[in-house]
Amino acid sequence: MFHIHCPYCDEYREEEEFHPRGQAHLARPATPDTTTDDEWGGYLFFRDNERGIHHELWVHSVGCRKFFNITRNTATYEIHETYKMGERPSVTAENLPDSQHQSGVQAATSGWQTVGARPESASLNQEEQV
Amino acid sequence: MTQQNRLANGGLIDRKRQLTFTYNGKRYTGYEGDTLASALLANGVDIVNRSFKYSRPRGVVAAGAEEPNALVQLGATESTQVPNVRATQQALYEGLVAKSTNGWPNVQRDLMGMVGKMGGSFMPPGFYYKTFMAPASMWMTYEKYIRKGAGLGRSPTENDPDTYDHLHQHCDVLVIGAGPSGLMAALSAGRRGVRVILCDEQEEMGGSLLDSRELINSQPATRWVSDTLDELNQLDNVTVLSRTTAHGYHDHNFVTLHERRTEHIWDRATPANGRPQVRSRLHRVRAKRVILATGTHERPLVYANNDVPGNMIAGAISSYIRRYGVVPGNSLVLSTNNDHAYRTALNWHEAGRKVVAIVDARPSPKGTLVDQARALDIRIISGSAVIEGKGTNRVSGACVAAIDPAAFKVTGKVEELECDTIASSGGYSPVVHLSSHTGTRPQWNSEIPAFVPGEVKGMTPVGSVTGVFDLKTAFDTALSAIDHALEEAGDTSSSKVTEAPQVDAIQEGPCCALYQVPHTKTTLRAPKQFVDFQNDVTASAIEIATREGFESIEHVKRYTALGFGTDQGKLGNINGMAIAARILNRSIPEVGTTVFRPNYTPVTFGAIAGRHCRDLFDPERYTALHQWHVEHGAEFEDVGQWKRPWYFPKTVNGKKETLDEAVARECLAVREKIGILDASTLGKIDIQGPDAREFLNRVYTNKWAKLAPGRVRYGLMCKDDGMLMDDGTTSCLAENHFLMTTTTGGAAGVLEWLEVWHQTEWPELDVYFTSVTDHWATMTVTGPDARKLMEEVTTDVDLDRESFKFMDWKEGTVAGVPARIFRISFTGELAYEINIQANYAMKVWLELFDKGEKYGLTPYGTETMHVLRAEKGLIIAGQDTDGSVTPEDLGLQWAVGYDKPFEWIGKRALTRPDTSRKDRKQFVGLKPKDANVVLEEGAQIVLDPNQSIPMAMVGHVTSSYYSAHLKRGIALAVVKGGHERMGETVYLPMADGKVHEAEIVSPVFLDPKWERQNV
Repeated sequence: MFHIHCPYCDEYREEEEFHPRGQAHLARPATPDTTTDDEWGGYLFFRDNERGIHHELWVHSVGCRKFFNITRNTATYEIHETYKMGERPSVTAENLPDSQHQSGVQAATSGWQTVGARPESASLNQEEQV
Repeated sequence: MTQQNRLANGGLIDRKRQLTFTYNGKRYTGYEGDTLASALLANGVDIVNRSFKYSRPRGVVAAGAEEPNALVQLGATESTQVPNVRATQQALYEGLVAKSTNGWPNVQRDLMGMVGKMGGSFMPPGFYYKTFMAPASMWMTYEKYIRKGAGLGRSPTENDPDTYDHLHQHCDVLVIGAGPSGLMAALSAGRRGVRVILCDEQEEMGGSLLDSRELINSQPATRWVSDTLDELNQLDNVTVLSRTTAHGYHDHNFVTLHERRTEHIWDRATPANGRPQVRSRLHRVRAKRVILATGTHERPLVYANNDVPGNMIAGAISSYIRRYGVVPGNSLVLSTNNDHAYRTALNWHEAGRKVVAIVDARPSPKGTLVDQARALDIRIISGSAVIEGKGTNRVSGACVAAIDPAAFKVTGKVEELECDTIASSGGYSPVVHLSSHTGTRPQWNSEIPAFVPGEVKGMTPVGSVTGVFDLKTAFDTALSAIDHALEEAGDTSSSKVTEAPQVDAIQEGPCCALYQVPHTKTTLRAPKQFVDFQNDVTASAIEIATREGFESIEHVKRYTALGFGTDQGKLGNINGMAIAARILNRSIPEVGTTVFRPNYTPVTFGAIAGRHCRDLFDPERYTALHQWHVEHGAEFEDVGQWKRPWYFPKTVNGKKETLDEAVARECLAVREKIGILDASTLGKIDIQGPDAREFLNRVYTNKWAKLAPGRVRYGLMCKDDGMLMDDGTTSCLAENHFLMTTTTGGAAGVLEWLEVWHQTEWPELDVYFTSVTDHWATMTVTGPDARKLMEEVTTDVDLDRESFKFMDWKEGTVAGVPARIFRISFTGELAYEINIQANYAMKVWLELFDKGEKYGLTPYGTETMHVLRAEKGLIIAGQDTDGSVTPEDLGLQWAVGYDKPFEWIGKRALTRPDTSRKDRKQFVGLKPKDANVVLEEGAQIVLDPNQSIPMAMVGHVTSSYYSAHLKRGIALAVVKGGHERMGETVYLPMADGKVHEAEIVSPVFLDPKWERQNV
């Protein structure tokens, strides 16, 4: 059972307080009407399934009810970091130490998936914290 | 019976406190401090079980958790039965009742043994797979008898009378195992003031020190143990949990501990200080640092007939002699590959019984203990091993021969030694199970040779589990582990307050690798050489499995059942891997290791369930009016966690109405006069903020831009794949303030849905959501007479048909209580939904009945609600939809705002090729041709009943009821292209061969012009 640091409560809490909501940084196309069926289908149905570094959306469902992101290793279950909406992960496939690549851990090409972590949204989220 | 194997002195038992117990119907005596196994051995009970497959007699082999044979069914009464308890871990208490779990009709004279004896070679690995495969339909029959023969324990047939607790713990250091290194670590951490939990699975703490021959600070080791425990018990920051097994090691240093509080006293929980106490506690521990001090399990050697009672692992014999004052025999042959096991011969000799010989596989053993044995004139046969045990129900001799382990060959003449006990030691396997639970693979250490724990973040293994067996190093590694751990955690008080105690150095020579002992015959022809006692897996079975192509150890394991017993192969796994490795000509680490999973030893269901059973299994949610429903005889239906009145059966002429009778009466009351429903469970979400309206526009399919305060609108909510997720009404309370209703079951999900979109996608929208489901009670007053009753209970609300229109809401008082009244209808009749602050709801409800009696006000439940809405073709999300139905499939295009400026959730998907197919399943009504037929919900629909099976199914029934008002069965269904099939006949073939006919009609069966709700 995970021990998860809620970036809004700034506390470690038990997994039972949280809900996973799947892959993070999924971009909802900004103009759906002009998006092709293929692109829309990719947004709706296709997800990464990495053995290694994975960015996930979680919600502190019986705590502060805030959504936030987790960078987690799906092979070791180690949580590398948790970060607020609008923030970018600091641990990614690109900056993972070579040692972890060598030990057979793959990492998702995190690229820049936008939604839920749009940089321009960061200030809005912080303002909400009273 | 006398305890013929009990020594006059010695051991940690209390000879003044004699205990009587019953085993297989016979009475025996033992002493306080005994385990059931030690007491049985003291009484000379050799056979404790019959083996699983061959039904061979089996005796006690070990002294701890690794015991494979001595499994008992414990409990004096039916409700306190516990199956498969290891006798080696069960403390003896006065009046204990146990039975062997195996053996039919009994362990001494066993019918199945006949099969075993004649059938040895007839039961190769995979025997059951190969023999009972055909015909497949007979397996259920075979299995019944196979199980009876195998005879593992049984569960009780009565309820458990005891209670169990779950405790949540946090600590800086969790020390698992209270042997020398565990105690040392706990003491060091405890003295430094951090929060420590120390747990140990045994009846007494001390681990290997309890039967140690060594002196600590020139005193017996047990003295150091008790001094250390005394100090730990006085430290407030240290929790000492005895009889507590760490049985699961989960992510992020989450460890579950099972503390047995009363199982050493009686078979059900005994009161403490006159008050009831729990039988056991499950501690759910989140530890900053785990110190793994779980020690080792000794491996037996694999030789012919190594399962005959009287064959034991060497260390277990030391435990029985030194801890329990029991010598389980008279004359001993010890077969070993290491120095450590010499202690067993020394202990045996000191107990005054005969050591026939120490048979050492190493050509020239050297070391302190070897010298001690020589000094006592014990015969040491070097370069040799016991290759076969003699005897049937008890060892009568041992065949010894010189061997070459590397070439796997017997190299010398076979000598038969007379003895009644054979002790064997093939080395020591670190107890890596817990570290394996985390997913880490153990690492092979060729020096010991055995697996040691792999790396786990936040865990430090100390002592013999690391493969270092001498006491001095155990103490030292424990101390440095704590220093290191606390330094890492930022503890600066690193003044070393604890020093390792003094111990004498013991010189031990290196061991040699030996697992299966070669025999003069081949493995297949030699008498059985057992690897896994509990599952009767032999060396030849592993050989056959590898020959048949099972090369991965995981496959060998599954084919032979190696390690699949309740002991998870604690004794046999490494020997099994070594044998597979030898035959495949690979190294053991190349063959790999199997994965240990929780639980380390079995945990009772009671402990796992804790208090989460019976009334506390799941919360029940009651509406504010629940008590009234109970008093009026409602039958209840579970909707999520809610208890909703299902129907209100009346007693007519001494007979209680059936569901159908009650529902028919309730339906007619609503259609003809007036009914009332407690709809409080509907989800209610209060939405406020300047952007509330814009937010609704994006999450609902329809338009919200112009909904004025005082108006209500029905909305559909889709996921972004275009499929309906939930529906409900939303009312505009003020320009920036809305009240959304959801389905009862969907309330929490919808709230989270709104939050996820707001927080992750549109944080720029200024809006917030509050669940108010429990704050408001909702009463639906509906029927042609609804306005008459409302006029009697409210004075300040204009109820006129024209000024309080359908889909309006008004604020006012009902029965003198502030209320919101909504003119919305789920029945198709004139209806007022009254929202009252929940605390005042009962007063209003009672007044409604007070005034409503003359109109025949009838309470109705969810079943009637379903029928009434089905007559009107109104959907229930989740019943008539299943996550693959779009608003268009439902024919609800009128509630879809195709031209809204923002591309709302679900819009884009409605033009995907799949969602715009013409032959999608569409929502329709079905009229059975026979008016009395009520179709089955879920029944499949076909166009041609005469086609061959499998038929092409074009849809299914989603809702179906008998309508008392229409005097016929009606159904709602989804049918491929159904909207274009109005008037067509479809067929519903049933399981019993009947085929129902039905006509596709509009789902609105009643009042298609919707006039009744506007009367």
